[in-house]
Amino acid sequence: MSIYAKLGFTFLGLMIVLNWGMLMGATMRKIGARMAGRYGIPFKQPWINLFKNMSTRTTITHGVMYYIGPVFRLSGAVGLFLFMPAVFTGSENGLWTNFSFEGDLILILYFQLFGMLGMALGAGQGGHPYSAMGIARGLAQHAAVELPLTLAFLSIAIQYDTFSVYKIVEAQQGGMMNWVLFTNPFAAVTAILAMLGAMGHSPFNLVKAPNEILIGPATEYEGTYLGFMQSSGAILHVMEAILFMNLIFGGATNWIELIVKTFLIYFWSVFVGMVFPRFKIEQSVTWFFKIPLVLGVLAIIIYSF
Amino acid sequence: MSELDLNDKVNEMLAKSEANVKNSDKTFVRPEDEIREVVAPDGSIITVNPLYDYFSNERPQVEEPKGGIVEKFLNWARAESIWVLGFGTGCGSIEIPPLVTPRYDMFRFGVQMRPTPRQSNAFIISGYLSVKTLKRVIRTYEQMPSPKYILALGSCTINGGMYYDSYSTINRLDKYLPVDVYIAGCMPRPEALLHGFVKLKELIKAGKAEKANEYARNFDEYKANQKKIIKDWNMPDYNW
Repeated sequence: MSIYAKLGFTFLGLMIVLNWGMLMGATMRKIGARMAGRYGIPFKQPWINLFKNMSTRTTITHGVMYYIGPVFRLSGAVGLFLFMPAVFTGSENGLWTNFSFEGDLILILYFQLFGMLGMALGAGQGGHPYSAMGIARGLAQHAAVELPLTLAFLSIAIQYDTFSVYKIVEAQQGGMMNWVLFTNPFAAVTAILAMLGAMGHSPFNLVKAPNEILIGPATEYEGTYLGFMQSSGAILHVMEAILFMNLIFGGATNWIELIVKTFLIYFWSVFVGMVFPRFKIEQSVTWFFKIPLVLGVLAIIIYSF
Repeated sequence: MSELDLNDKVNEMLAKSEANVKNSDKTFVRPEDEIREVVAPDGSIITVNPLYDYFSNERPQVEEPKGGIVEKFLNWARAESIWVLGFGTGCGSIEIPPLVTPRYDMFRFGVQMRPTPRQSNAFIISGYLSVKTLKRVIRTYEQMPSPKYILALGSCTINGGMYYDSYSTINRLDKYLPVDVYIAGCMPRPEALLHGFVKLKELIKAGKAEKANEYARNFDEYKANQKKIIKDWNMPDYNW
């Protein structure tokens, strides 16, 4: 396949992921509303919000890095998509494997942090008196999430002897019992628990809860830049779900399977969020160090010998 | 003493007291906003005037709608996505929380609460507005990105309502900030507030909710009115 065709399919895949992310976000809010006995937002609301934010007539500047922050976040989300095989087609150079290569798991772990770093840089320039504290909390929780998550991914990498996401998906084909969920349950449970923090829903959403004083840089963003953050958030949510689908739940062989699996994976974090109230940062960090980290160490020990 | 003489006397006394006020060095600048000298990282000394250095002192600009089918589409998007600033200014703000409950559920109209003026495009002035709050409301309103809309909730914003003779509240909100929709009542029920949102949506879709431009066009008039009632004006004239 020529590089242009590959670029075209990657762009098309990105558009599907973006729109699916927005629809999924709206669906989850609708489910939340129904649980509360409300009718909830219309399904088209995320697109309307995006158009509205893109059409504000005035914008306020706080300096260069303030503008680069959301761009960083969006490039982190797009980068996550570029190097992750979305749909398993049986060939490493297939239509929807994007620019996946040997060792992309390490790059993907890095890209996950990219958006957070962009926000931290934007916070420095925003001048919001609380943004430094907000970012400190965000990075503290992110570090606590990353540690068990990395251990789980390392355990899976040791199990299959590869850092290529494509090869890990390939090894899981041929039936449900080949999924990492059953072949490496400790790593799977660690990743599933750490995923709650990576998705950033309640109980681990103190950092971006809209009514917290310490929300930090996000309060200062408006207009087009908020639109950037909304679209990158939609992509990031789907990409996180695709990452866990590829590593634990056997990947997807077509788009329908991808949509069903990502929906269920995303629903898991929303479901937990509906049931449990918000943690304080010290509580969530302690929780990640207590349960997922211990399981992650066990997963590493089992597959190291 | 005849009446004319008395008038002269009173006028004379007034002139004297005004002169005294002007002469006395009465400023309302807070200590952190005073002009001061700071040492820069390279050792040089810089004079800082926080009120003018930390805030943009530009006047608001009139930004005419582009018109045509694009503007119609954008107006539809603006109408279907009204983000309200969570700032309760008076007793009427007690009517806002019920809107997020299952009984009224404003989300189905595309109305949401936002925690920051930077992301909101609608401002509910809920009930009476004291002079002290008016100052904060002006600062907040001017930080919102255009196009922005004001819903005035309750009779107090129309003519002062039951606080019409109070020393500390304003009577007509329209003198100080441009209002898009009035919701009359004391207090209006949440249903009335929802109806106000629907009315605002109609106005936006018809392209008639351009009060932010009106504020920019009549900026001097609005500022003169605001300064007449806010005596301790210790902020820049335009608060981005």
